This record gives sequence, structure tokens and C-alpha cells, in this order.
Amino acid sequence: MNNLELQITANEIRKSIVTAVHSAKSGHPGGSLSAADIFTYLYFEEMNVDPKNPKWQDRDRFVLSKGHVAPGLYATLAEKGFFPKEDLTTLRHTGSYLQGHPDMKHIPGVDMSSGSLGQGVSVAVGMAAAGKFDNKDYRVYTLTGDGEIQEGQIWEAAMWAGHRKLDNLVVIVDNNNLQIDGAVDEVCSPYPIDEKFKAFNFHTIVIDGNDFDQIRAAFEEARNTKGQPTAIIAKTLKGKGVSFMEDVADWHGKAPNDEEYQIAMEDLKKVGEALCQK
Amino acid sequence: MSEVKKIATRDSYGNALVELGKEHEDLIVLDADLAGATKTGIFKKAFPDRHWDCGIAEANMTGIAAGLSTCGKVPFISSFAMFAAGRNFEQVRNAIGYPHLNVKIGATHAGISVGEDGATHQCLEDLALMREIPGMVVLNPSDDVEAKAAVKAAYEHVGPVYIRFGRLAVPVINDTPDYKFEIGKGIVLKEGTDVSIFATGLEVNEALEAAKLLEADGINAEIINIHTIKPLDKELVIASATKTGKVVTVEEHSVIGGLGSAVAEVLCEEAPTKMTRIGVYDRFGESGPATELIKKYELDAEGIYKKVKAFVK
Repeated sequence: MNNLELQITANEIRKSIVTAVHSAKSGHPGGSLSAADIFTYLYFEEMNVDPKNPKWQDRDRFVLSKGHVAPGLYATLAEKGFFPKEDLTTLRHTGSYLQGHPDMKHIPGVDMSSGSLGQGVSVAVGMAAAGKFDNKDYRVYTLTGDGEIQEGQIWEAAMWAGHRKLDNLVVIVDNNNLQIDGAVDEVCSPYPIDEKFKAFNFHTIVIDGNDFDQIRAAFEEARNTKGQPTAIIAKTLKGKGVSFMEDVADWHGKAPNDEEYQIAMEDLKKVGEALCQK
Repeated sequence: MSEVKKIATRDSYGNALVELGKEHEDLIVLDADLAGATKTGIFKKAFPDRHWDCGIAEANMTGIAAGLSTCGKVPFISSFAMFAAGRNFEQVRNAIGYPHLNVKIGATHAGISVGEDGATHQCLEDLALMREIPGMVVLNPSDDVEAKAAVKAAYEHVGPVYIRFGRLAVPVINDTPDYKFEIGKGIVLKEGTDVSIFATGLEVNEALEAAKLLEADGINAEIINIHTIKPLDKELVIASATKTGKVVTVEEHSVIGGLGSAVAEVLCEEAPTKMTRIGVYDRFGESGPATELIKKYELDAEGIYKKVKAFVK
């Protein structure tokens, strides 16, 4: 996909995110929207996956360590064809397979159940180590939050990944600078994030995580990096694309009401129309 | 009388892993800087490329195992029970239990028989913690023969399994031609009519010894080895309890949440029976030689004998 196609796809995914969270009347739109461009690039450009064969053994793997942004992952998987887009409005409803946090047992395309922060990177490390052990070519990607890296287990995982030189692993930090209680550097600063990963023997790349040129360049650089894992610190805008959600911590974990939903969809519609003029 | 052969079940763990490793290429052993103590070092020597030391980072080890299992490996993670079940509880619940992954947890150094290291390392809560997780199989073998059989059964079972091992060398009691290990099936070691004693782990041997003392007093105890805490052999528990009308449980674990609780839950609902639980009574352990502690905490044959005698009166 070229950048314009990626932008159009990401905008459709953002509409799905807002629609799913609105229907659920709860959930996490802020981080889903900030990471939507990364989700889009991963599933439409970077990763070798087959929606018709989600458990294909040689596929690339993705672990959503920041599992609360499940709406972002689900919207992307649906857009890619892993399951029907209509199902997104059942998110968080009783009896729906679209659980509040990723459930690998019931959702096609979800490679690992997650949601308890700090654990996903370890799982991705295990997958990457299995790939190395079996001489497989698949790559493993995991998305963590900038608040999430306050969890100590992230650094246990980083230490081992660096130690084992897992160059088939890419850790992406969605650095939108906000967590539930406020700005990450006010709650408990994780900065400098890139220097920390560097100290754990990662190759690090800092990018604007809402810019497809930079996203593309970063994943290409990661692919060409040998002998060490890569951490992409993606500076993003929380709530990106929805005017009243942008850079507001309060939209971390709450659903828009009917009125807000209309405004949000109107915002995204305008973005989509502008892209189509290009 | 010839000397009774004694082997610590942690040794059985290491040896059983080697045997399984010969047959199964997908078996990978993870440890957290305790390979010498958990005895996975024996496996490391035989299969160095399939023994991965994670360093002192049990939570990460657990996540790595989850990831490995999604890629078709059968990982055995190894640490002391305190860390494998205690520190790791939430990782085991969410990263292994919830997705029902095929990960085995080999937990050594359980109970007060850890000895001199004392309370911080004497896990008395692991059976309770692990039993609580949906889909988790919880095994607590009583000797070398049973521990090796349990490791093999754990490998063959598809799904998460927790296996509890001890540091202390304990008598080999299951070295019989007809011994058979089946997950979820208790073993009647001695039939009796006056009281049913359900024991687990190293307490099985102590219960057998206690039965001899009780016999001398005219009390005919039925001794049942419950090596599988979950799924519990409910049928056997109910049948024996109904037969004798009195039930005692014995475990080197807190009386809260372990075998005693599991048996009580079944009997309360399905066959109310007079019952007492022998174990550690809502307290921490302490430092001392293992056999001295077992005596002090009245978890030896003499202690069991006294409690059962008072109970059946």
C-alpha cells in the first residue's frame, strides 16, 4: 500500500474504533486511536499474515501488550478480513467473542490473550526465541504503552531479549505521553525511553508514530538490524483524529455518548474526504 | 532391616525431564537461576540447547513459556514454589491459565521441608493459589516413583499443569509392580474401616507410618494417596468417607485452600462427614533442619497419630 492508501485505511479503522467503543458504552478509544497508524502499517504492509489461515505456523506474530487498546486491534483485524466488520459493534457485549481485552481462544488473528499490563513483551520474546530455535523466518511484533513500561516485567523481558540477540523481535512503544492519571512524565516518568532500551542492548528508533513515511522507514530499519532486537519509540497523539479526544487523558478509557459519537464520526468523515481529494 | 531408599522429588524432576527430553524434541526447560537447586541442571547437562536460563526473573520466564507454547513447544518452567506459584500467580493466571496454554510449572522447594532457608522460601500457599485457576491441573507427588510418573503425565496432558516437588529426600514408597499413575485418580494404599486419611506429597509416607501406630491402638485407618489436588478424585473421597464416617486430611501446606479445603468442599456438598485437617495452621514457617521442622509442626507420623487418635475418640 502507498501512504495515501494506508492513511485511508487507518481512517476507516479509526471509524471502526469509535463505533465499537460507542456501541460497547465503555472501552479505550484514546490509545486505540493513537496506535491506529501503527496497527494499519503492521497488518497492511509489514506483517506476513493470512486472514484465511490465522493460525498458519510460519506467520508473523503480534502481541498487543497494551491489551486495553483491543478496539484498535479488532478494528484492524476486521478491516483485514479476519472476521466481519459488523461484529465490531458487539464489542464487550455479553456473549460476544470480542472480549474487552484480547482473547486468543476465540478471536481469529489474535496471537495472544493480553490485558494485564507488562506481560505481553515477555510472550513476544518467547515467540521470537521459538522462531530462532526452529530456524524460522517469522518476525514478532509487540505494542506496549509508555505508561505500561513502568511495569518491571517489561525490563525483565527487554534484558533477556537483548541478551539473546533476538533480532526477529520489534517492540513498539506507543508514546502518546498520557496514562490514566495524567501525563506519564508527571505520574512516574519513563523517560528517556530510547536510552533505556539502548541500555538493554536494543537498537532504538524514535519516530512520529502517526507519520507513515517514518513508520515505514523504522520497520525497514528494524528488518535490516541484525544481532539485536529493535525498539521503535513511536511518538503519537492520543485520541488522534477525533477533535475532542486528542491529547486528553480523560479519553483513555471512556466511551463517547451519542452526541459525541456523531461529532467523532463527522471529524473522521472530513479526514476521509480530504484524503480522497488527494 | 535394610536402609530405606530416600530421594528428593526435585531430583526426580530433573531425571524425568532428561528421560522425556530424549523422546520429545519440543520439550524446553526454563529456569530462573536455580538450575542447581531445582535439578533442571541435570537436563541442562543432557540438552544444553533446550535449557534456557532466564536469570532471576520469574515473571518474564512465565511469559516466555506462554509465547513458546503458542509456537508448539512444551515448556517446563522451574523455580521454587514460592516464586513459581507465589510471585508468579498473576502471570500464571493471565498468561497461561486464561488462554489455557500448554505450559508445565515445576515447583520445587515447597513446604516447610525447605528447612534452614526459613519462612520466605517455605511456600505453604501454592496448592491453594494454583487450584483456584480454571483448567489448571495440580499435582503433588509423594515420592520418586510418583514424581517421575507425574512429570511424564504432565507432558502428555495438553494444558497447564502445576507440579509440586520437595527439597528433602523422602522414602520411596511406590516402588511396586502394580503402581499406576493417573491424573485425577487417588490411590488407596491401605484399606481401613475406622477413619479415612487423605494425604498428599511427603505426608503420604508419614500417614502410612501413622497408620501403623494407630493399628497398635486398635484403630484401623484407611490411607489414601491424593497425588492430584485438582481435579480431585471426588468419587474416591466420597466412597471412603461414606465407608468410615470420619475423614482426616494431611498436607505440608496451609490448612487453608489446599487438600483439606478441597476435600471439605466435596464432602460438605455431597457427603457431610466429620472431618479434621492436618497441615500448617495459618502461620508462616521458620528456619531449622527439615526433619526437625516436620516434627515441630506435628506433620510427622507421631504428630498425625496423636491428632487422628484424638479425633476418632
